[in-house]
Amino acid sequence: MIGIFFWLFAALLTVSGLLAITRRNAVSAALWAAVSFIAIAGIFVLLQAYFLAVVEVLVYAGAIMVLFLFVIMLLNLREEDLQVLEGPRLHILGVLLAAGFLGGLVWTCRRAGLYDAKNGAIKMTAESVGETKSLAAPLFMEYVLPFEIASFLLLAAIVGAVLITKKRLT
Amino acid sequence: MTVGHLITLSGVLFTIGMVGVMSRRNILIVLLSVELMLNAVALAFVGFGAWRGNLDGQIMVFFAITVAAAEVAVGLAMVIALFRLRLTVDTDRVSLLKD
Repeated sequence: MIGIFFWLFAALLTVSGLLAITRRNAVSAALWAAVSFIAIAGIFVLLQAYFLAVVEVLVYAGAIMVLFLFVIMLLNLREEDLQVLEGPRLHILGVLLAAGFLGGLVWTCRRAGLYDAKNGAIKMTAESVGETKSLAAPLFMEYVLPFEIASFLLLAAIVGAVLITKKRLT
Repeated sequence: MTVGHLITLSGVLFTIGMVGVMSRRNILIVLLSVELMLNAVALAFVGFGAWRGNLDGQIMVFFAITVAAAEVAVGLAMVIALFRLRLTVDTDRVSLLKD
């Protein structure tokens, strides 16, 4: 059952990712990217990372995509701007590099035996279930310093974003 | 579904993002492709965490999502600043240092 859903979400993820980078219109590219984020959230659910699945939908498919669409519509690109922006230019070198990267990754996984049903099996233990409660304990005990640094980073990003978009720096 | 399948899927998504970054000229779609690559790495983290049977991978992804939110806010602010300055989002037309 989990296997069927995995292949379903994997197909959705691949197709929507490919559509997201090939669309000419930035709005439809952003919406296809949102579909791929939802597919990733589905795979997180299959891996029992429930909290991350919710965060993925809320932050990525929600907040980040709204920000993207907001900026795309704020820029209000005219027709002649879009004329200049051509469709995907497929550099042979770029595609070869990407194919080489993927091939190397698959070869390494095969060498390490990660496709074996025994060696690569995913353990579903009680400690690995990512509910909010079980994720909060290490976050506020073991990883409390990175957590605080992350909050400072968000503050810096907010101030920086406001400063960069200001019309005049006086 | 083994961990190898998850890593391969993550690699496929990363490759899609990589091709997007290298072949698109609209800077908004380049940023979108960077988001796809970040998500691919998040998938690899959660996959390896589930394989090892602990939560550390998920905590790493939690921080990665926080950083991604900050990155998108600053990145899009820079796109707006660029558009104000040059009236374009075409990466080939932003080559002042090269020319």
